[in-house]
Amino acid sequence: MTETFYEVMRRQGISRRSFLKYCSLTAAALGLSPSYAGEIAKAMETKPRIPILWLHGLECTCCSESFIRSAHPLAKDVVLSMVSLDYDDTIMAAAGHQAEAIIEETIEKYDGNFILAVEGNAGLNQEGMNCIIGGKPFQNQLQHAADHCKAIISWGSCASYGCVQAAAPNPTQAVPTHKSIKTSKPIIKVPGCPPIAEVMTAVITYILTFEKFPELDRQGRPKMFYSQRIHDKCYRRPHFDAGQFVEKFDDEGARKGYCLYKVGCKGPTTYNACSTIRWNEGTSFPIQAGHGCIGCSEDGFWDKGSWYARLTDIHQFGVEGNADDIGGTAAAVVGTAIAAHAAVSAVKRAQKKKENV
Amino acid sequence: MSLSSNIESHSAHSEPAVYVYEAPLRLWHWINALAIVVLGVTGYFVGSPLPAMSGEASDHFLMGYIRFAHFAAAYILLIGFIGRVYWAFVGNHHAREIFLPPLLSKDFWSGVIHEIKWYAFIAKEPRKYTGHNPLAVLFMHFMFVWGMLFMIVTGFALYGEGAGAGSWAHSLFTTWVIPLFGQSMDVHTWHHLGMWFIILFAMMHIYVAIREDIMSRQSLVSAMISGWRTFKDKRDVDDGH
Repeated sequence: MTETFYEVMRRQGISRRSFLKYCSLTAAALGLSPSYAGEIAKAMETKPRIPILWLHGLECTCCSESFIRSAHPLAKDVVLSMVSLDYDDTIMAAAGHQAEAIIEETIEKYDGNFILAVEGNAGLNQEGMNCIIGGKPFQNQLQHAADHCKAIISWGSCASYGCVQAAAPNPTQAVPTHKSIKTSKPIIKVPGCPPIAEVMTAVITYILTFEKFPELDRQGRPKMFYSQRIHDKCYRRPHFDAGQFVEKFDDEGARKGYCLYKVGCKGPTTYNACSTIRWNEGTSFPIQAGHGCIGCSEDGFWDKGSWYARLTDIHQFGVEGNADDIGGTAAAVVGTAIAAHAAVSAVKRAQKKKENV
Repeated sequence: MSLSSNIESHSAHSEPAVYVYEAPLRLWHWINALAIVVLGVTGYFVGSPLPAMSGEASDHFLMGYIRFAHFAAAYILLIGFIGRVYWAFVGNHHAREIFLPPLLSKDFWSGVIHEIKWYAFIAKEPRKYTGHNPLAVLFMHFMFVWGMLFMIVTGFALYGEGAGAGSWAHSLFTTWVIPLFGQSMDVHTWHHLGMWFIILFAMMHIYVAIREDIMSRQSLVSAMISGWRTFKDKRDVDDGH
């Protein structure tokens, strides 16, 4: 019989007390009521663990790096033991043909039952030659695994939206998971560059425990972590409402910790949980460190610059400028035209009056 | 009375005036104009805030008040717009003009061309209309009606972001507008460009209203105050042309 999560954890030397702590912590992180801790514990004690195949495309591995730094040390241990990391080319022991064989093995053994976690994405240009794994385009590997999986997790902004490799001009034509493969399998997006470690472990725990995705928004992100903006829970929000802004990074306002809105903070347009869960064991997050949010969990954030100005650059009109540059220019042109038209009108009217007299 | 018969223009005052703009419509026009001014000014300061206030955050609420004024004016504009659409159904036929331009009518387009010629100083005289001239109908429909709708939809989608999931603005607009444009920042940028679009509309609208009040064959500015359209000559109106 296949091992349950609990058995795996006990085998890893985790005490029952720690296990129950983890269950309550996870329930809290998922925004569930305390009574769910028991349900999570029960599920983990009775359900066989579900294997996860973790594939890597064009990426920087920051998602994996974030994941293994999950704040609660136990969460990391538990999830790492829960996730059947038979294949995760960053941290697995196997290499070469042996490693590639594991993918086939997992697909055969758990056909239709494993979860496919995708980190990075596939470049479609040059017949996919920009990302080769085991001599074949990553695209093929991804499609193959997707055909046999139960559900797909798109880790990070690469798999969710495209991220840096999809930024203009996107020479490799990198596209997110849902645009690179043909599949009817459900996809959950966990964007961020990288996503928050606790968000990643909580999403996995939810899926493994309840055998379904958490509630998703229209863009396919879990509502529990992506339904509010950084701005909505930012500890500097009172300074925003008061009209107290950092004008320059070395001014008095910056020292006093004023709002970073005017130096380009994308907190008001970014849906993520950084301002509540924070990073590195809840130590800090970009705004707390004095730098504006760059909006890394939003679609196409690389092309929504500048990161240091409130108004984004607009490239569509040929000249680079923000909404005020373009609108102001248009207003000046129309204003001049009106003045000229008014002048001609006045002359014409004067002439007509003369003729009438 | 021999003097008045000699001067053509004076006799225009004996022309019967037509009641065009009913009271609710005039009230809406000016409330809406005021709301747009408030929205434009506060909206600009939301995008480019005033210099920072010093001291403690608890001493001030400047940005909060600016945003409140913006949202309050937006609600007034929205309710006014709904009322205006309602008035298009229950008001006189002039109240429907800007919503339903007769784009398939040949006469309408001949009127548009004549009006363009008038503005290009080619035609010597404009035609005479009780309501909007055809070019004005096009202008009001495409710049004003669609501009307003665009700003209402994008604006309340952004408002819903702050009001949060479950709020009417979030359910009705935010959920589909944000993904439609790509992401929140794009909606902000388009809403900001929309402000300039409305500013361009206002500039042209005010210029044309004043110019035509002086140079056309009927009253414009006073008509939106009193509701009565007065004419400067006795010849037939060209409505429908």
